[in-house]
Amino acid sequence: MTGAEAMAKCLMEEKVEILFGYPGVAICPFFDALGKTDIRSVLVRTEQNAGHAASGYARTTGRVGVCAVTSGPGATNLLTGIATAFADSVPLVCISGQVETDLLGSDVFQEADITGAAESFVKYSYIVKDVNDIPRVFKEAFHIANTGRKGPVLIDMPIDIQLAKIRNFEYPEEVSLRTYKPTVKGHIQQIRKAMQELTKAERPLILAGGGIFLSRAKKELKEFSEKHQIPVVSTMMGIGVLPTSHELYFGMIGNNGCLAANRAMKECDVLMMVGARVADRAVASPDVIMENKTLIHIDVDPAEIGKNVGPAIPIVGDAKAIFRDLEEIPIETDTKAWLQSLNEYRKVPSGRKAPKEHVDPAVFIQKLSLAMEEDGIYVADVGQNQIWSCRNVNVRKGRFFTTGGMGTMGYSIPAAIGAKLADMKKQVVAVCGDGAFQMSMMELAVIMQEKIPLKIVVMKNNYLGLVREFQHFHLDDAYEMVELGDYPRLDRIAEAYDIEYFLADSMDGIDELIRRFLDAKGPALLEARPDPMDTVKLAR
Amino acid sequence: MKKIYSVLVENRSGVLSKVSGLFARRCYNIESLAVGETDDPNVSCMTIVSSGDMRTIEQIEKQLNKKLDVIKVKTFDEEVSISRELMLIKVKYNKTNRKDIMEVVSAMKAEIVDMSRNMMIIQICDRPERTRMMIKLLSGISVVELARTGTLALSKCEMEG
Repeated sequence: MTGAEAMAKCLMEEKVEILFGYPGVAICPFFDALGKTDIRSVLVRTEQNAGHAASGYARTTGRVGVCAVTSGPGATNLLTGIATAFADSVPLVCISGQVETDLLGSDVFQEADITGAAESFVKYSYIVKDVNDIPRVFKEAFHIANTGRKGPVLIDMPIDIQLAKIRNFEYPEEVSLRTYKPTVKGHIQQIRKAMQELTKAERPLILAGGGIFLSRAKKELKEFSEKHQIPVVSTMMGIGVLPTSHELYFGMIGNNGCLAANRAMKECDVLMMVGARVADRAVASPDVIMENKTLIHIDVDPAEIGKNVGPAIPIVGDAKAIFRDLEEIPIETDTKAWLQSLNEYRKVPSGRKAPKEHVDPAVFIQKLSLAMEEDGIYVADVGQNQIWSCRNVNVRKGRFFTTGGMGTMGYSIPAAIGAKLADMKKQVVAVCGDGAFQMSMMELAVIMQEKIPLKIVVMKNNYLGLVREFQHFHLDDAYEMVELGDYPRLDRIAEAYDIEYFLADSMDGIDELIRRFLDAKGPALLEARPDPMDTVKLAR
Repeated sequence: MKKIYSVLVENRSGVLSKVSGLFARRCYNIESLAVGETDDPNVSCMTIVSSGDMRTIEQIEKQLNKKLDVIKVKTFDEEVSISRELMLIKVKYNKTNRKDIMEVVSAMKAEIVDMSRNMMIIQICDRPERTRMMIKLLSGISVVELARTGTLALSKCEMEG
């Protein structure tokens, strides 16, 4: 058995169903071996999107997403995909081809020190120099990626190791890593202390982040908040932890969040943060917002506790396991008055003036998400479309994906491809702006080639809207480097790929248009034209 | 606030760069860093002297612990540790200053480990502030080269309780 065959066998052992990648000579032996297995391989059109597609797959299934690329430029192109997964704690195993071990460090053709380059945004990386290490390395990589604080693991595979003969292939049953033992169960003393604080609380609040999905604790969170009638707000990565119209859910926090959520953050007396790291966009000045309240911080990563906010009652462990332990302790809570006052904030009108002649992105997104199937997946890109989506999407039993940590433009289409391929029964809609669309429109070919009935909405306003908006509010309308012009003509792009095309240039008949778009049999692209001068923030 | 981190790591290639890279990326300060194998050839010990506010000091320990090649991190203050630094100094001497140099060497309990007609190498192994003092004392003399190991430290026996 060759190293390449051993690699493919490892993926079989890990029950990998699908792999996203792009070949080159340095990874050819592996793809050759992979072709002889049942694992589906999807050829993306640029390596970065292999990472995003694997991310969409991982977030849909809770399993490790896998991608493979060649050495040098293949690997460096993947870096943004890896960094995005790292910032959003998405479990990936990324395999890169590499030049022969003897030539390492001699700057030969298509050599890049990829483990060195990726060091600060991988959870761990390997460069395999002995073919007999392959089973152990793969076993460890999958374990590391999908336990503790999840994240990407990179395996760099020199071509001679892929071609070398392995003595005997034995896939390890267990990993033995003396330096890696993530905490799952929370400290019982801390859990008791947290529950005591919640008993004393008059205005308790749960701030839920993406960690809820990563630990599959959605059900536990819902039961806990309902049982004790504790209101819930979320970070951007936490959108969908509770259904949007759940009576205890008060929306997304942060500088792009909603009023009720931010008031709740300000006024609560006990704040229980779960799987959220409160970075700068969620809480601009953590020390101020944390005044006059007790903080309970639940996170699987001890380094997140006290990094941005603190001090707190820390509970390190897996959110699902901790909720189960919290449930064991009976407490009395009375939050009627608190919920009533929060519900008043819901009634405050947004103050947004709907544009008359264009598509109103806010209403459009509300209608789109409500017209989607209940358990559908909505993937938002980055920019104005993302903020409009976060504020207006209505998540019921489905999911909402976006890259909240890294904010990588072009994420939505490849991530939606990964999500759809993970579960072909689920309806998947990608929403992006015309800037982000042009960063990944090459993947339309993959959609057709792989027969993926994806629905894509492009909010076309001929600008890099969120930057233009920043220049409008902060730089006296100096619109530098943000004009995209009217190209490409999206109807023709759609035609070039044989994708059904829909145009929404006003709100007239929008419900019917959305219906037809979502009902389209194959892939479909809807071009929505908002007012180019429309802003996510209220006009001054 | 100054802290000493005694970090046991897997003795593999690339680990030093991963640990020092962590300090650079997160803007943590490194005052000194010394690495060497321990009694177990699979394990190296890094002694890192760093400083920062309370949050930074705590984060350094937590971030080090997150690295998969890090086996154990011990953080302690200088006062509760035994710390030493080895320094070699090559100086030019002549008839007029030779005696002064010898006096400094003997007062500081240093040692002359190599000598030629006009040059000598002085070795001192002492607490870091004493090696700094040695540099000061020899500053009037023409120093040709100087090499220091950086601080090595172990927490005092009583700390192990």
